[in-house]
Amino acid sequence: MTTTTSRAGRHAAESGTEGGRRGLLGVLEQMWLIPLVLVAWELGARQGDSIYFPPPTTIVTHMYELWFSGPASHLFLTEEAVDNLPPSVGRLLAGWAIAGVIGVGLGIALGRSKALSGYIDPILEFARAIPPPALIPLFIVLFKLGTQMQLATIVYGVIWPILVNTVDGARHVDRVHADTAQVFGLGRRQRLFRIILPAAAPKIFAGLRLSLSLAVILMVVSELVGATDGLGYLILFKQQSFDLAGMWGAMVLLSILGFVLNASFLFVERRVLSWHRRAQQTT
Amino acid sequence: MLDVVNLSHTYGKGPSAHQALGGIDLNVAEGELVCVVGPSGCGKSTLLRSIAGLIKPTAGQIRIRDVAVSDTPGDLAVVFQDYSRSLFPWMTVGDNVALPLRRRGGDRAARRAAAADALEEVGLAAAATKYPWELSGGMQQRVAIARALAYRPSLLLMDEPFGSVDAQTREDLEDLVLKVRELHRMTVLLITHDIDESVYLGDRVIVLKKSPATVVGELSVKLPFPRDQIATRELPAFVHLRAEVGRLVRGKDPFRPFQA
Ligand SMILES: Nc1ncnc2c1ncn2[C@@H]1O[C@H](COP(=O)(O)OP(=O)(O)OP(=O)(O)O)[C@@H](O)[C@H]1O
Ligand SMILES: [Mg+2]
Repeated sequence: MTTTTSRAGRHAAESGTEGGRRGLLGVLEQMWLIPLVLVAWELGARQGDSIYFPPPTTIVTHMYELWFSGPASHLFLTEEAVDNLPPSVGRLLAGWAIAGVIGVGLGIALGRSKALSGYIDPILEFARAIPPPALIPLFIVLFKLGTQMQLATIVYGVIWPILVNTVDGARHVDRVHADTAQVFGLGRRQRLFRIILPAAAPKIFAGLRLSLSLAVILMVVSELVGATDGLGYLILFKQQSFDLAGMWGAMVLLSILGFVLNASFLFVERRVLSWHRRAQQTT
Repeated sequence: MLDVVNLSHTYGKGPSAHQALGGIDLNVAEGELVCVVGPSGCGKSTLLRSIAGLIKPTAGQIRIRDVAVSDTPGDLAVVFQDYSRSLFPWMTVGDNVALPLRRRGGDRAARRAAAADALEEVGLAAAATKYPWELSGGMQQRVAIARALAYRPSLLLMDEPFGSVDAQTREDLEDLVLKVRELHRMTVLLITHDIDESVYLGDRVIVLKKSPATVVGELSVKLPFPRDQIATRELPAFVHLRAEVGRLVRGKDPFRPFQA
């Protein structure tokens, strides 16, 4: 018996590190294309010499001058960077978090109550069908221009994947798990926090990840219409003041932001759902 | 202790309805270990799920200590047929065993200790910090048994608990059930399709027939304790009882392939 355990344990550990090594190699393998593309872009842009397509080196030096040459006390951020980056990221994360709380809460309720989902599902199907940017005019009237309207746009736009996935996860709790919980008389709180939420967690995380990238999109969209700060505003502002290298710079910032957010999310997800990954590897 | 009176259950309605239980009467006395045998698909799990309050039977009554129960009885533990799905993969083995104990009162440390004791009893003291999917099938089933033991139920239901483990593990687990039942004087209703197992474990064997399930017979097993996998099984009384149960399971009209 003990040999079986240690073998199972070692097997899991091995396949874990193997996966990690393959992952790193895979990343390196895919990385070689990036410098190639950059060099080609640089050469092409210099050759073409169009003001609309500045070469990457120009963009990067311009980004440095514009945003990262500030005083050490501001983490080397310039005033323009401080004015635009934190508000964007703050609204994005706040909107995503609000959508997460509402989406998971409502999703669990709908997933666990047939009666409730019978009433609410049709309404949600209609609400879901509206593309979020189409609601911006309404949100502008409701909340005035500014943070509230932007938050509303983000929340409305990103809540659906979270909600739909949570409902799905909560609805499909394994029958034997549910029976076990009932037979052993688990209380409501225990059922919610120890059974339903963990059982639905893989789905919930899938929804949260999807909506995180949606949140970046909606943050930009909401900042393109009548905002006074933020990355979306910055792109528009640079374009309007004919600073095209600055416009490209803001877009690069945006892609870096999206990349960092996704990577951080994956890092957390791997930790929280490690049981799920490893359980699937062993069976 | 447990009385099942004229229990019937029909799945579905209309033309696709399927009557699984057709009026079952049985009882289990305090401290008794009763085995229910029946062919595969005859409705054994349906019977157990009705007793556990997991499905509402269409007719009949279940009484525990002479009180009619309609919901899940408070003092009941179940070891499910499908052990690999009955443990929670997001919790350690120790947490799985300790989870239902909150209801029994006591602080966290006391619950931990009770879980550790139960795991010790099934020989898995070292596995408390592991996850269920790190264990073999037989070990997982022992964890499920430990969880039921730690709960200290007055009635323990087991649904083909050893259906999918190898023969050696099966014998070990059978002896484990006999041991803990002796130790805690528990009342046990064990469901199986294995005739030998029912005779080896039971104080009494109840035989069900198929579609719909009804009780076709009942035998008292007067074999000496402690039971032993080799010695008990070679007793003439054991062989005789096994044949009796076998005859009941096969029914009055046994399968005769060479008859016209
Ligand atoms: N949820 C259900 N809906 C409809 N029919 C069902 C359902 N569950 C079981 N049945 C039917 O009821 C009958 C009895 O099923 P049950 O699971 O109780 O049998 P069993 O004796 O436990 O079988 P096994 O030995 O294979 O576990 C079967 O014919 C099965 O097809
Ligand atoms: Mg069954």
